Formats: sequence, structure tokens, C-alpha cells
Amino acid sequence: MYNFEFVKPSTLDEALAALADEDAQPLSGGQTLIPTMKQRLNQPSKLVSLLGIADLVGISDSGGTLSIKGATNHATVARETASSFPGLSGLVAKIGDPAVRNRGTIGGSIANNDPSACYPAAAMACQATIVTNAREIAADDFFQGMFATALDEGEIVTEVRFPIPVASNYQKFEQPASRFPLTGVFVAKYGDRVGVGVTGASNDGVFRWKEAEEALAANFSADAISNLTVPADDMISDLHGSAEYRAHLVKVMTGRAVAAC
Amino acid sequence: MKISMTVNGKTMSGEAEGRTLLSTFLREELGLTGTHIGCDTSQCGACTVHVDGKQVKSCTMFAAEADGAEVATIEGQANADGTLNKVQQAFQDHHGLQCGFCTPGMVMAAVSLLETNAKPSEAEIREHLQGNICRCTGYHNIVKAIMAASGQEVPAVAAE
Repeated sequence: MYNFEFVKPSTLDEALAALADEDAQPLSGGQTLIPTMKQRLNQPSKLVSLLGIADLVGISDSGGTLSIKGATNHATVARETASSFPGLSGLVAKIGDPAVRNRGTIGGSIANNDPSACYPAAAMACQATIVTNAREIAADDFFQGMFATALDEGEIVTEVRFPIPVASNYQKFEQPASRFPLTGVFVAKYGDRVGVGVTGASNDGVFRWKEAEEALAANFSADAISNLTVPADDMISDLHGSAEYRAHLVKVMTGRAVAAC
Repeated sequence: MKISMTVNGKTMSGEAEGRTLLSTFLREELGLTGTHIGCDTSQCGACTVHVDGKQVKSCTMFAAEADGAEVATIEGQANADGTLNKVQQAFQDHHGLQCGFCTPGMVMAAVSLLETNAKPSEAEIREHLQGNICRCTGYHNIVKAIMAASGQEVPAVAAE
């Protein structure tokens, strides 16, 4: 990979100042960024590590909202949310593998918005709030297609706030070599609504299956979606699965997640 | 830049660029070639080491991120008297390796598992090894070795 300047500030203000340089990028766990740089698909002039900033790590639970700081790694989230938000804990405990989960972070996953990343499905279903150094952004507005988000240059995800659902579950159909979801669905049941977040399936990245959300709000059972169909037009088609296959998986995985709630 | 870390209990330091990976630093700067580089794409786990007690893939972490950290590699796994530790001995006893290339990463992953789960089930062991690839053994003997290292009976495993 091309060389770069490495800096590791201890405060958010120092990190933001360092990111003001042209071609500087934040580095969190690096589990996507480092492989991308090895392939020379990305060549920052400077990497600003966020892992030395104590204020960016930690989880808190108050008033029915779970707040996860941006540089908190997956292993920590999986462990610490097991009782407060088991649906999310279950999703996080299956990201990558144990070594990856010790490095990868929620902020990195959300900011990268890989079309097959797991976290965005939960963020969408729960209508989470993505907090940055500058503002708060609703999940619906934050994710803007494959690898595209509402983040400005040099803006850092400092926290993600999830309203904790009454019940929730994540089902992913893994592509067996990479273990990324070929299609993954997070279902979150609240008192007054149901959220269905779908990842891995669409050319437009993570999305909410709103038709299923309405049907499930009226009748929370897998039967409620049995007559719905998911259009294949915008689905990803590749050697692992056709668009029609992925569209089918959205429905199957949603049904399984509802049944497991 | 100069990087210092405690590796297997000893303070060690060397030069690194920003792009120097922890795996490269351990092998080329510190001469600790027990940490293997298999795929270099974060898939195979041959480069698994522990940083501040956590299992990581050293090919997917910059050396600079480990500045000041406690690092454990395969070279530090033997007992003080030079005998193999219980995981290493179990790999030998149960033929948990053939070519041996993945073994340092497998042992480091297994040690990490047993630190948090003293008596893992066969399924838990297989799940924990998802990020470690072995192309010789078919994993069965590795799973048996880890069952044995945790003091459990070694069952006949699936597909035998």
C-alpha cells in the first residue's frame, strides 16, 4: 500500500483539526479500510486514528435508548448489550470473526455503509440516530446508497442511538466464503410500529421494507407478509445470487426474523 | 517513527512507517517469524496474535496502533521451562496440524477462546475458528485438540 502519515490524537478536537488536511481520513478499527488500502483502492495522505480518544468508546442505556460511542468495537457491543438489547447483540456477535470483532467498530461500519454490512440494517429498522461531531442525523437520511452517507468530509460518527425495541431479531443468509450477508434482515418490534431493515440485497444499499413494516404492525406474524412480494428490479445480481433470488431471500429472512422475535 | 511494545513480556522497539503492518513489524523488524502471513487479506488468520489480551489479525492492524501495547505471539506460548503449553501439547497429541502453516494462528485463537470460555462446546470451538483457515486437517483434529486442552473428553466429531 502507499505510505501515509499516521497520527493518533487523544481528543476529538485534535482529530478534527488533523482531518482538515486534504486527503486525510479517519481510521477506526481498519478492518475494511486496511484491506482497501492494500489493494490501492484508497490512498489517504494521512490517517487519523480515533482509537486513542477515550470519549469515543463506551455504551450507555437510559430511558429506553441504547447509545453506543463511535469507536466501540463489535466484541464489546456484543458482550455488553446481550441483556439490554439481545437482537442487536446477536447481530454484532456474528459480524466477521472473533479477531475482526475485536477491532471493527460501529462508527466504521456505519460510516463505510458497505451494501452488505450488518449494522446499517439494525440502524434502519430501529430508526436510530447517528450523532456526529456536528449534528444528529436520522438513519433514513444518513444512508444514501452503496458506500454513500450524509457525512461531510472530515465529519466523524461519535455515537449511534438506538431506541430499544420490545422484541427484535436479525437473520442473515451468509455468502459462505466471505460470511457477509447475501441478504440480511433486522426486524424490530415497538409498541406502535415495526421496523424492517434489509442489507446485502439492493443496489441502493440498506433499505426499509415499508410494505412489510405496515403489514407486521397490523399483525406481527410471518403470515402477515406471506402475500407480499419484493420487486427484484433494484436487487443486486452477481455470481452468488440473482436479483430474483435476493428478492426472495428478503421475504424469507423477514419471516424467520419475525418468527424468532 | 519509533514504535515500542511489550512482546511476550519483553520491551521491544523498532522503526515503522505509517503503513507498516503489525505482522510485518513483528516478522521483519523484531525477527519474530512465528507469526505467519498467509493471505494478507484478513481471511486466513495465520497472523493471529493478541494485542492487550485480545485476538487480532496482525496483517490488518498498523504497527503504530500497537505502540505501547502488550503483544503476545506464538513465540511466547511455551511454558517457562520450554515445554509446550497445554494447547500446543494438545495439538501435538491429537495431530492438530499437518503442514503447520496455520498452526501459530490456530494456537493463538484457541488460547484466546479458552481465556473467556474454559469449557467450550464443539460448536463454540468451530464458531470461534471461523476466521482461521486450515487447508490440511479438515479441522476435526484441531477441534479435538482444543477439547482436550480444555480438559474435556474428546468426542468423535461430526462427519467422521
